[in-house]
Amino acid sequence: MPRVVLSGSAGRQFTGGQAEIQVEADTVRRLILELDRRFPGLGKQVEEGMAIAIDGEIFQDAYSAPLRPDSEIFLIPRIAGG
Amino acid sequence: MTVIGTREHLKVVGTRPIRPDGVDKVTGRAAFGADLALPGMLVGKVKRSPHAHARILSIDVEKARALPGVKAVITAADLPEIPSEESFVGEGPMNFRDLSRNCMARGKALYEGHAVAAVAATSGAIADAALDLIEVEYEPLPHVLDVEAAMAADAPLLHEDLFTQGVEPAPSQPSNIAKRIQFSLGDLAAGFQAAEVVLERRYTTRPVHQAYIEPHACVASAAADGQCQIWCSSQGQFMVRAYCAKLLDMPISSIRVTPAEIGGGFGGKTLVYLEPLALALAKQSGRPVKMVMTREEVFRATGPTSGAAVEVKLGATRAGKITAAQAVLKYQAGAFPGSPVQPGCMAAFAMYDLENVSITGYDVVCNRPKVAAYRAPGAPIASFAVETCLDELARTLGMDPIALREKNAARDGTRTAYGPTFRDIGYVETLQAAKDHPHLRTPLGPNQGRGIASGFWFNVGGESTAEVHINEDGTAVVVSGNPDIGGSRASLAMMAAEVLGIPVDRVRPIVGDTSSIGFSFLTGGSRVTFATGMAVVQAAEEVVSELTRRAAMIWDIGPESVEWTDGAAVPTGAHAGKFDPLPLAAIALKAGRTGGPISAKASINAQGAGPGFATHVCDVEVDPETGKVTILRYTAVQDVGRAIHPSYVEGQIQGGVAQGIGWALNEEYVYDGNGRLENPGFLDYRVPVASDLPMIEAVLVEVPNPRHPFGVRGVGEVPIVPPMAAVANAIHAAVGVRMTDLPMSPPRLLAAIERAGR
Amino acid sequence: MSKNHVSTTINGEPVEFLCETQQTLLDALRDELQLTGSKEGCSSGDCGACSVIVDGRLVCSCLMLAVEAEGRTIETIEGLARGDVLHPVQQKFLQAAALQCGFCTPGLLVAAKALLDRHPDPTETEARYWLAGNLCRCTGYDKVIRAVLEAGAEMRGE
Repeated sequence: MPRVVLSGSAGRQFTGGQAEIQVEADTVRRLILELDRRFPGLGKQVEEGMAIAIDGEIFQDAYSAPLRPDSEIFLIPRIAGG
Repeated sequence: MTVIGTREHLKVVGTRPIRPDGVDKVTGRAAFGADLALPGMLVGKVKRSPHAHARILSIDVEKARALPGVKAVITAADLPEIPSEESFVGEGPMNFRDLSRNCMARGKALYEGHAVAAVAATSGAIADAALDLIEVEYEPLPHVLDVEAAMAADAPLLHEDLFTQGVEPAPSQPSNIAKRIQFSLGDLAAGFQAAEVVLERRYTTRPVHQAYIEPHACVASAAADGQCQIWCSSQGQFMVRAYCAKLLDMPISSIRVTPAEIGGGFGGKTLVYLEPLALALAKQSGRPVKMVMTREEVFRATGPTSGAAVEVKLGATRAGKITAAQAVLKYQAGAFPGSPVQPGCMAAFAMYDLENVSITGYDVVCNRPKVAAYRAPGAPIASFAVETCLDELARTLGMDPIALREKNAARDGTRTAYGPTFRDIGYVETLQAAKDHPHLRTPLGPNQGRGIASGFWFNVGGESTAEVHINEDGTAVVVSGNPDIGGSRASLAMMAAEVLGIPVDRVRPIVGDTSSIGFSFLTGGSRVTFATGMAVVQAAEEVVSELTRRAAMIWDIGPESVEWTDGAAVPTGAHAGKFDPLPLAAIALKAGRTGGPISAKASINAQGAGPGFATHVCDVEVDPETGKVTILRYTAVQDVGRAIHPSYVEGQIQGGVAQGIGWALNEEYVYDGNGRLENPGFLDYRVPVASDLPMIEAVLVEVPNPRHPFGVRGVGEVPIVPPMAAVANAIHAAVGVRMTDLPMSPPRLLAAIERAGR
Repeated sequence: MSKNHVSTTINGEPVEFLCETQQTLLDALRDELQLTGSKEGCSSGDCGACSVIVDGRLVCSCLMLAVEAEGRTIETIEGLARGDVLHPVQQKFLQAAALQCGFCTPGLLVAAKALLDRHPDPTETEARYWLAGNLCRCTGYDKVIRAVLEAGAEMRGE
């Protein structure tokens, strides 16, 4: 089951401070749905305010990105630029 | 200029053709935002608050409305009230309510220069006279400019409804602190325990403006059926469309935005200021309205980047291994929340492989113009602090500054403090190339010194649409939706030409308007050559597939027996050698008969943007009698993935370095005691001029990004990250004075030299 | 308020226009004559984007009143090329990639032409100081200076 880490303080207000969560999901979309089911509001926060690093590679707005059972997943703040 | 790294056999990519928009730009034909004139056009102007902080008690526009020649007058009352709503339409999070109130003040003026009303009239002179007739009653309030002063418990409060996010328990009283964020890794206390040397330092920086030479400009027109057009220079025509639709409560499809050429942006044109106002004035008057900011308005009312206070604490062994790193970043956001403190926190230690890290950031509002993105937002400030502290650490340990960085460098597989693991990065390659460069062996004289600093930026991908059309004569048109700031049209044409196998001068790149091309995320985040390039390559590859199918039809053989080589279809397999190669032009001639026009479109959300790293070397000479710093020599080494057009990659590096040097040595806002800006012009807001700088050596290291068909990595933002620390470290090497406050202008440096008794 | 009638020579052609007394030459070029190649960057003479040549002298057109153009000879960016033959500075700017956004480019080119007309063989330092009145935020000036020096060499027949 993929281990999801909330990087930094963003999002932890939905999980009561918990930074690491075990989630059953094989795509980013399913991950967001499952996170929101367990921690209401977190799904929207992740979807709109965060990027996802899967095994080191950063994905932003990518529902279909696949997750493996041993994937290392970090939820990080959305990245922009200038 | 040198390029290091492997290069496959490419015909177009990596060469230096003349840019397709070049002739227009050197003859004055290129049309920028202020260059359009429409029949019946009115001139729009904005009335701005003279107070840094004030309640707006009343606005009376009747005398202005009555002035002959005035055709429309608006205040916040004429714009929809937008509820608080975060969005990610533009560059980074944007609260639409804040954006609306920044474009036109509602209830309160929050900075000197804040727009409170706007008029459209038949001439600029009449518009100015009308502004003078608008009567605004203000109740001035105490103001606060400095970030730490704004954090104090008794600071003047900007927003009654701003409660600090990210603090447990949530505060019951509003404050000017919009957000507190935190990143940590490992065990900081244990890390400092294990340290044999600990350095703790404080750094301060001032807000600086992107200082693009072209002021904001637009023309807006509205028809009676609600169809609107905007012509403007911006970093994203789709962003302008979306923001205007939201702020004026209109369907997106009723606005068509045509991008003009843009005279510099650097992040400062990733949002709107004039466009919603021009559109509202155009609707009210029934005539097109042109609005152009004066240079003064640009300084008084458009987003600079943050000023900040940064505390850094580093612990290391005597052998130079960093065991603990801590930083506290306080960034001021201007009048509304949204400073780049978050990316600043994430980028601060990103170049290093650290086990124990803690980074805390504060986003703080104050009575200055709302901060906007500026080239690698947040990172230059954080790196000024961290890279200067590292230099001091190196000296304390008696270590060479490059060696210290090599010992702690992030590499493939390094886990970052903000979470992800790096893959396929080129940081150590830049350190190596800097070490090998003859610059390091150039002798230095009295009062001269050399400084080293490194930098990092994430780079982004995102949504892009591109179309490739083959014309009847075999030339091609590439249409995409990103304003060309740095030469991206050239790179896109080159990538298409490479895939199609034709000379680049037979490919014409066009930037389409919002109705002519599918959606594209804006130009920023160093994304266009990467993401839009990816879309162009995909579309070009589809065209090539189609071309081989058409050739197969012409030859009456199976399509699996046709390959594309050097811009022509070539028969293979059982049919090899049976037909002469069929060039693209010949196939194009028969497009109708073989199935119709040949074109393809790609709409993607590009993932896999690779981060960029740089190492800079700067030599300065300090005049100990005046505090003036002369940059003698500057070498910027950067991992660029693959340089599609090396001249424009070099140009991005040289331009970013120049901005960083200005930020380091001279640029700052000067306010009087009433919170009014005293230097809203280029005479006293001192950006680097040609006589301030030497030639800037750009060294391109190529560690290709495997997620892009040509290995592209974003390049535009990384170059502005190292210069401030590189210059500060060079000044220390020259005169033994450690500057921790920016800018390091002559009066400040002279005072520091005198304090140090040198 | 009646307008002023101005007769002048622009890029070798006799030109007449009407203008308000307070209009600058830059305003008149852009708004009355649709010569939008000269740009407004600051309207205080600090950025050089509006550079033109008046009676052989490099001038910020934002610092000159339109009425002062009466009887004078003015050269703008639009007159630098002869038909479709670019001036050597224009050609070198393209070859050396000495422009990015292109907004400061017209002013820089006019200033560079003025430099080479007066000092055909400038050193790098002389070129930098001559062009110090033309701000560029995109290029860091490196390729600009190279292009100007190369144009000078070509014009000297080297």
